Amino acid sequence: MINQSQTLQNKTLRALLPGDALTGGGTEGGKKAALAEIDASCRVPVLFFFLSGLAWLLAGTVLALVASIKLHTPGFLAGWEWLTFANVRTAHLNTVVYGFASQISVGVTIWLMCRLCRIPLVAPGLITVANLFYNLGVTVGVGGILIGDSTAIEWLEMPRYATPILFVSYALIAVWTIVTFRLRAERHLYVSQWYLLAAVLWFPWLYGTAQVMLLIEPVRGVVQAAVNWWFAHNVLGLWFTPIGLASIYYFIPKVIGRPIHSYYLSVLGFWSLALFYNWNGMHHLVGGPLPAWMITVSIVASVMMLIPVITVAINHHFTMVGHFGKLKYSPTLRFMVFGAVSYTLASLQGVASAVRSISEVTHFTHHTIAHAHLGMYAFFTMVMFGAMYYILPRITQREWPSNGLISLHFWGVALGIVLYVVPMSIMGFIQGTMLNDAAVRFLDVVQFTLPWLKLRTLAGLLLAAGHVAFVINVGWLLVRMFEPYRKPVVSILTGEAETVAAAKLP
Amino acid sequence: MSYGPLLFLGILFTLASSWVGLVLLPHRQMGALGQHTDTNTAAIYPAARSGEAQQGAEHYRSLGCVYCHTQQVRPEGYGSDIERGWGRRRTVSRDYIHDKTVMLGTMRTGPDLTNIGERQADAAWHYRHLYNPQITSPGSIMPPHAFLFETQAIGPAGRSTNALVLEGTFAPPAGQQVIPTRRADQLVAYLRSLKSSGDLPEAPVKKEEAQ
Repeated sequence: MINQSQTLQNKTLRALLPGDALTGGGTEGGKKAALAEIDASCRVPVLFFFLSGLAWLLAGTVLALVASIKLHTPGFLAGWEWLTFANVRTAHLNTVVYGFASQISVGVTIWLMCRLCRIPLVAPGLITVANLFYNLGVTVGVGGILIGDSTAIEWLEMPRYATPILFVSYALIAVWTIVTFRLRAERHLYVSQWYLLAAVLWFPWLYGTAQVMLLIEPVRGVVQAAVNWWFAHNVLGLWFTPIGLASIYYFIPKVIGRPIHSYYLSVLGFWSLALFYNWNGMHHLVGGPLPAWMITVSIVASVMMLIPVITVAINHHFTMVGHFGKLKYSPTLRFMVFGAVSYTLASLQGVASAVRSISEVTHFTHHTIAHAHLGMYAFFTMVMFGAMYYILPRITQREWPSNGLISLHFWGVALGIVLYVVPMSIMGFIQGTMLNDAAVRFLDVVQFTLPWLKLRTLAGLLLAAGHVAFVINVGWLLVRMFEPYRKPVVSILTGEAETVAAAKLP
Repeated sequence: MSYGPLLFLGILFTLASSWVGLVLLPHRQMGALGQHTDTNTAAIYPAARSGEAQQGAEHYRSLGCVYCHTQQVRPEGYGSDIERGWGRRRTVSRDYIHDKTVMLGTMRTGPDLTNIGERQADAAWHYRHLYNPQITSPGSIMPPHAFLFETQAIGPAGRSTNALVLEGTFAPPAGQQVIPTRRADQLVAYLRSLKSSGDLPEAPVKKEEAQ
């Protein structure tokens, strides 16, 4: 009887816990040795992706600051043609999206996939080559944008001579992830794996379609806009979002040592996202010169996004309930929870601005820019920071050198992004109301935005300070790799729950 | 849900649905849209652009004008596009069939340019505005595009006919003049070609306003 209920409990738990947290299959010590082996096999490629991603983050931050200053002080650096607002803004977007966010995503995906499939990385050399190709592609692409070869197609600005390089590396990464998946030693599939597998299959398809139909053999007329927004919105929805959600689903249970709240909610959340998100793109064209049916379909799909968003929010919240005290100690948890909450907020804001009557006001304003940063930064980037706080000590077998820098990082970026998103959302709404009132002169609307745009530059400085703190901490961690190995690393030998820092984080 | 193939097929079919719905179907519906010939006047709309203007469109793309300026007029009663005089009618798919890159834009840091060729037909205005927007639109945050112009000494034949007329603080030093480069000429030709107000069955212009 006892045995039976225990088996049943184990079966239920299997569905709710990450594969690498499951008991059984050898001794406890043997399991940890296996995990250490997996981490070691990921070390070189994951470090490559993380470090080059962070280099692009710094570049993207500088570009963002320059763009932000230029918008309220147009004379700033106005003499150089390659540094026009449009160039810098576009270079910023492409460095942070393709250089930073995508590379961190790939690093996290590799590590998570190996951990969840419980096998060491196969042929780490191959994926490291993909990384080199990838960075070559981003360098050529961003350079192309700065010299004026931008395609002016949003989210696909890199010129035609750069994108195939990136496509090849994405394809290598996708093929490799599927190979790992096929060879998995752990037969049970955890919810994070669904999302990761989906993301690596969806992205090359999106990117391939967009390249063929917009860059290589451009379609005619406004079909370009349809393909553009089908692609660009899905980069967010089908590439970054699944990887972000996979990370939250993995790290929250892992850090607090508790299974996820509900298996059925995770199934519902995943399939409703898969069904609805990819139909959302045309809400970027409300009021535009496209057939009404396309835009209506996208608005309906955008509203349907309430289902996956609320489902995932409930699931994450009830997993966390009773464990919020741990936010004081774990940087991973802190960034993850910040990201998870932002995901809900960003999605609700997105649903609202897709509705015709609200889009009438917010479309074409800074409200959209605020929304993009709420999604890409407050949700996705924060989740990636959290993941790196967990993964880097494990693959380097060193502890984070400075708690102070961790706090500086968290508070810098947390305050920075709040100071960015909240005022810009409000300002965009007022800007839209003014634009819709034909009695208000256009130049008066421009003048109205100026103080708010200056506030944004301030928010950008806070974000930059956080990034610098993080990069210093990572650099320090790497220096420690070359120091003699003195004490055993607690995190790997004493259990999978994240090491509690010696002191509370301020 | 531990069955790999099912997961794989689900992932495949969900994206395939919108790929067909939002990419292939619109391509079939609008990908071969042609010009419209008015049965009464035999006028063809939209007319193709001149080569000069087409070159200018490339500069418009390369300079990233699209990040601050839209090229779409929303329907009457939706936003204030028509009240602001940005167009006499909404824009429709057919307006864009000649654009190599369709630059509808998503941001109005600056005003809409769909009909700028009609709203501001004066070439001299465009040159001065590009050279430094503060000349024509004080308080604008559009960056100056002085790199599209050359400042050179006035030759023995006197001021060049295409030199910009600049006054006060904007004037070049004595004995110098500001001349547009080829790029500036082409860009202005493109801006002046921007007109999407032809009468179309799917987007009629109100009769009293149409000439």
